[in-house]
Amino acid sequence: MSNFEPVVVVFACDYCAYTAADVAGRMNLSYPSGVRILRVPCTGKVEQLYIMQALQKGADGVLVAGCLVGDCHFKNGNLRAAARVKRVQSLLDDIGIGGERVAMVNVSAGQGAKFAEIATEFSQKIGEMGPNPIKQGAKAAA
Amino acid sequence: MITAERKPMEEIFRLIEPYGKILLVGCNECVTVCHAGGRKEVAMLASALRMGRMKLGAPLTVDELTLERQCDPEYAEELAMVVDQYDAVCSMACGCGVQTVAERYQGLPVLPMVNTEFMGSSESNGVWAERCAGCGNCVLGLTGGICPIARCSKRIFNGPCGGSTKGKCEVSPDIDCAWQLIWDRLKQLGQTELYSQIMAPKDWRTARDGGPRRIVREDMAI
Ligand code: SF4
Ligand code: SF4
Repeated sequence: MSNFEPVVVVFACDYCAYTAADVAGRMNLSYPSGVRILRVPCTGKVEQLYIMQALQKGADGVLVAGCLVGDCHFKNGNLRAAARVKRVQSLLDDIGIGGERVAMVNVSAGQGAKFAEIATEFSQKIGEMGPNPIKQGAKAAA
Repeated sequence: MITAERKPMEEIFRLIEPYGKILLVGCNECVTVCHAGGRKEVAMLASALRMGRMKLGAPLTVDELTLERQCDPEYAEELAMVVDQYDAVCSMACGCGVQTVAERYQGLPVLPMVNTEFMGSSESNGVWAERCAGCGNCVLGLTGGICPIARCSKRIFNGPCGGSTKGKCEVSPDIDCAWQLIWDRLKQLGQTELYSQIMAPKDWRTARDGGPRRIVREDMAI
């Protein structure tokens, strides 16, 4: 498991986290290459099903990255996203996948360094948890 | 509308344990509105079941289908073409939908995926509250539009009881005393004389006490 490099899907809001990731790039800050960023118009657009499907398709962890609380371009998209993430976390706990594989984070557009730090830390945490348990089950079933 | 909530996952996994291929069927009506068993919830549960079973090394094939109205034989008929391919049908509709499908496809296990709860209305986004108990003889015209059966914890007809305190029910401070609400509304309507009329004991035969009920409309039965 030592060479396990987790795949972490980040649903990043166009107005903040996505820009922050861009800033991180321009600052030449590095974060693990397993971090895959998907741009969304607002984290309020992230359906619970998107998170489930990312995991079902083999992601080891999912981050939903929205604007700082109070700064959502659409007023409360990030608050809705946080509530949805909570709901998905509890479902993931119930099915034995582990709710900690999913997290909601808030970053502003200028916080490139913070984005790189969050992506690195979360990726490390997932690395310690090990691969998405459905992969093991799929191997056993094959 | 009829409200429902998804059953706990543990119970669902137990119900479907013997099966390898299921059809998960939602309903486009009440359970869509209360976010329990519409197309989205079907997709969420399907995904959760696929992952949960894959983790256990016992993969499950789940196909998804949402009917216009599952409690209507006409729509339940839509399953006829495909149903043979499955070990079981798992329904996300209310108990009426589950039974309609079970009645039509006698040879197949039809399992409920939600707990059907009450007839209610939306108080705000994500909040539903019980409003009617289907007693078969509505008294809302005498009670200022507030139901003493569905909204009074003791279903009393000449309330309030001694437990009503500052507008709240003794069962919980989160429950409004229905009889306080009735009194306030009658005052607002200038109809307090309705409150002084003693309501006769209710004939519960129009409710469930008379056995399972049916409505027959001969003019509609072609
Ligand atoms: S089956 Fe009928 S009563 Fe039940 S949720 Fe669907 S429309 Fe409503
Ligand atoms: S009085 Fe009966 S029909 Fe009327 S709202 Fe209450 S339970 Fe429903």
